[in-house]
Formats: sequence, C-alpha cells, structure tokens
Amino acid sequence: MEMSFEESLTELEGIVDKLEKGQLSLDESLMLFERGIKLVRECNTKLKSAQQKVEQLIVENGGCRTEKFEVD
Amino acid sequence: METKGIYTVHEFTLAVKSILTTGILNDTWIRGEISNFTNHNSGHRYFTLKDKNSQLQCVMFKWYGKNLRFEPEHGMKVLVFGDLDVYEQKGVYQLKVRDIRPDGIGELYKAYEQLKNKLAMEGLFSPDYKKPLMRFPKKIGVATSPTGAVLHDMLTVLGRRYPVNILFIPTVVQGDSAAESIVKSILALNETDVDIIILGRGGGGIEDLWAFNEEVVARAIFNSRIPIISAVGHETDYTIADFVADIRAPTPSVAAEIAVPDRLELANHITRLWQRLIENQRRFISDRKSHLSDLEEDVEPCLFVERLTRHIQFIDDLTLRQELSIGRLIDIKKALLDANAGKLNAVSPLGTLSRGYGITLKLPGKTLVQSIEDVERSDEVSIIVRDGKIRCNVNDKEECKWK
Repeated sequence: MEMSFEESLTELEGIVDKLEKGQLSLDESLMLFERGIKLVRECNTKLKSAQQKVEQLIVENGGCRTEKFEVD
Repeated sequence: METKGIYTVHEFTLAVKSILTTGILNDTWIRGEISNFTNHNSGHRYFTLKDKNSQLQCVMFKWYGKNLRFEPEHGMKVLVFGDLDVYEQKGVYQLKVRDIRPDGIGELYKAYEQLKNKLAMEGLFSPDYKKPLMRFPKKIGVATSPTGAVLHDMLTVLGRRYPVNILFIPTVVQGDSAAESIVKSILALNETDVDIIILGRGGGGIEDLWAFNEEVVARAIFNSRIPIISAVGHETDYTIADFVADIRAPTPSVAAEIAVPDRLELANHITRLWQRLIENQRRFISDRKSHLSDLEEDVEPCLFVERLTRHIQFIDDLTLRQELSIGRLIDIKKALLDANAGKLNAVSPLGTLSRGYGITLKLPGKTLVQSIEDVERSDEVSIIVRDGKIRCNVNDKEECKWK
C-alpha cells in the first residue's frame, strides 16, 4: 500500500535523525541514505500534486450524501 | 523562621506581577461606569472603571481600540473585556482592555456567565479533554453559513496553504434555529471521514453569536469524536463554544491556518532534511576515507622500514648504554676487591709462614696445637712451613716459661 505523505515525512525525519546520531555501519548508512533520498522525492511529489476538492454534505431523510461543491 | 531576604522595589513589583498575571484573571468581563476617560495622542485610551465601592485603572492600547464600535465617554455604563496586568513603573495593577461593549444587554452576559461557570465546573473546558489535531489532515469538515465571506476566506487560505479535501456542510449560524443546525452539522460530520471540523462564523454582537453560547452546542462540541476548531466572531469575541472546542481560533482564516500546515514551509522542511541527508552522507564517507588513508600510511613499506630502523637504532643505543654501565660496575667491584684482598693479606697466616714460623696441626683432626696440653706423646702432627708440610711424631714434651 502506498504511504501517506505524513508517513513518508515521519519516516524521513527518523532516518535523518538516525544518520546524524551516527554509529551505523557503512552498509546500513548507505541503505538509509538511499531510502531517505527516495522519501524526499516522494514527499515532494505528493506535496506538488495535492489538490483541493470541495464537496458538500447533504443530510436528508435521515441519510447523508455528498456532492461536488462549486466555489464561486 | 525562613527568611525571604530583602527585595528591591522592582523585584517586589515583579514578584507581585508574577502572582497577579498567572492568567486566572485573563479574558475577564467587568461591568462598571467609565470615569476620567482620556483618549491620548498616542492612540491609547486610559480610564477608570468604577462602581459604588471600587475603582479599576484601565488601559486600552490602540491596536485593540480600532475594533471599537462606539467611542466610550465619561459616565457610560459598559462591559469591559481584558486581562489583569501590573504597570511596573507605578506599581499599580490595571486592566489591559481588549473590548468595550455598552451595558444594554446585561442579561445575556449574565446567562453566558452562568452557563460558562456551570460547564467549567463540569470540566468541559479542561485541557484533559482537548483532542490533538492531526498534523496532516486529509479531509476537513467545515460547518458554517453557505453565504458570507467566512467560507470563501477559509477555502482560499486552505487552498493556498495545503490543498486538502474539504467537506462543507451548510449550517445556520444565526437566529432561532442556529443552535439546532450547528448540533446537527457536528453530528453529521462525525459520521464522515473528516479529520478536523472547523466551526465558523463571522463577527457580530453577542446576540448574533448567541447560538454558540447555548448549552446544546457546547455539549455537541464536547461529545464530538473528531477534534473541533472554533472560529466564531472576532478576536475579542469569546463564546462558550470557544472554551469547549479543542482549539479556539480568533478568526475563521486563522482556523484554516491552524488546521493545515503550510505547503511552502513543508517544502522548505523537506529541502532541509534532504540537505542534512546529503551533508551527513558526505561526512560519513569522508570520515571513513581519511580513516582508511591513515591506516594505509601505517602499512606503507618505506615508512615501515623507517620505523623499523628507528627501532633498531634504539635497541643499539640501549645495548651500548648497558655495556657501558656494566663495565663501570665491574671496575668499581674490582677496586673494592683489591682493597679487601690487601687487608686480608695483612692478617693472613701465610704472612707468618713467610717470616720463618711454622704452624702445628694435630692429626688426624688438623686441630691447631697451641699448648703442650694439646698433644700426647707419640701423637702424629703436621707442621706447616713456608714451602710445605712436615709429618712428625711427638717424642717428648716439656713445659717452659718463655716470658
């Protein structure tokens, strides 16, 4: 399943912290670095592609439905 | 008794200030009559608020004054809203006024105070019940009027900062049906997948905002599963809804800012994380490179030989020093031996023999014969002289007095 922006960013922050604390083997460090760069790319893509979608919630006869809401 | 030392006036004033300005007397409405009103050139307003028994110094700074919907004057009965403060230079306490309203609707405020106290006692405003907001909400529920600037403002701010999905529910926010409509909207949004609810309304008098001071609304907000940001009226309008809500925003636009992070700030944050990643990796690699080259130097052949030569020289040096010191030691011991040998020679019996004397030993025990009592006739004796021994038998013995 695709990670949400929040999950990606949280993981990225964790990786940077871990790398800065040091005490990793070269292999671990390279692996984390690669993962971090991938997460940076993902986060940026998600941030750029975010779109505002406005819907209206309509309550009727005890039920709910949503429809597109036109912003003037 | 514990001593508290001696305060300076300023220190004492600061201590008083820290006791008085803990926030307990912030956001307070006070009823009274204005006297000594001064609208200073600086734009700040100074006056005394009084009733039959007491007086209270008040100051309204110009940035709060610009929202005033009327100009206060001497003798006017008003409701004043503000925070307790201490004016250090004069050592007086005063009210920092943020809003002044004419006291014509006193009954509404009475009802407001009563409900506020009741709900506060029940713990509905307690920080313990405040639900945290999600850092990155995916969908935001907005309950407000379909007409008016509030919705438009919020959508604009949300779209600019961080485009997320928005679920808008048209809600009556003024008039007799408002409280019921607000409650319904909160319940309906709780049935959806929104992450935050913003409950908004533009500014107005206390009568206009009244629905947000009703108990059913307060309880609906309190019971909401989803965190609610209240954004009712202007900065100085405090409704009961604001106290119960998980967060109070001073205006609807600020509510939108609180609800979502700023996309630009986030992009900068990600860029900084990226720079830290790169910088860290670069340092990590270069640290290892320099460590490796240090190690390399250690096993470099010509350096190795040089170090070996240094060691060899050191050993040679040690050997030489050892030989020298042993030679000196031997010399000292030899001199000591010679000296002792000379002394020994002086007391040696060999000296006696060389001067022509003999030494007689009785055989077979080789005991020294010093008296005629030491031997019997026909005993065998050995006489040691300078160049050998003579074995003899005792034929006779005779006592003589030599001295």
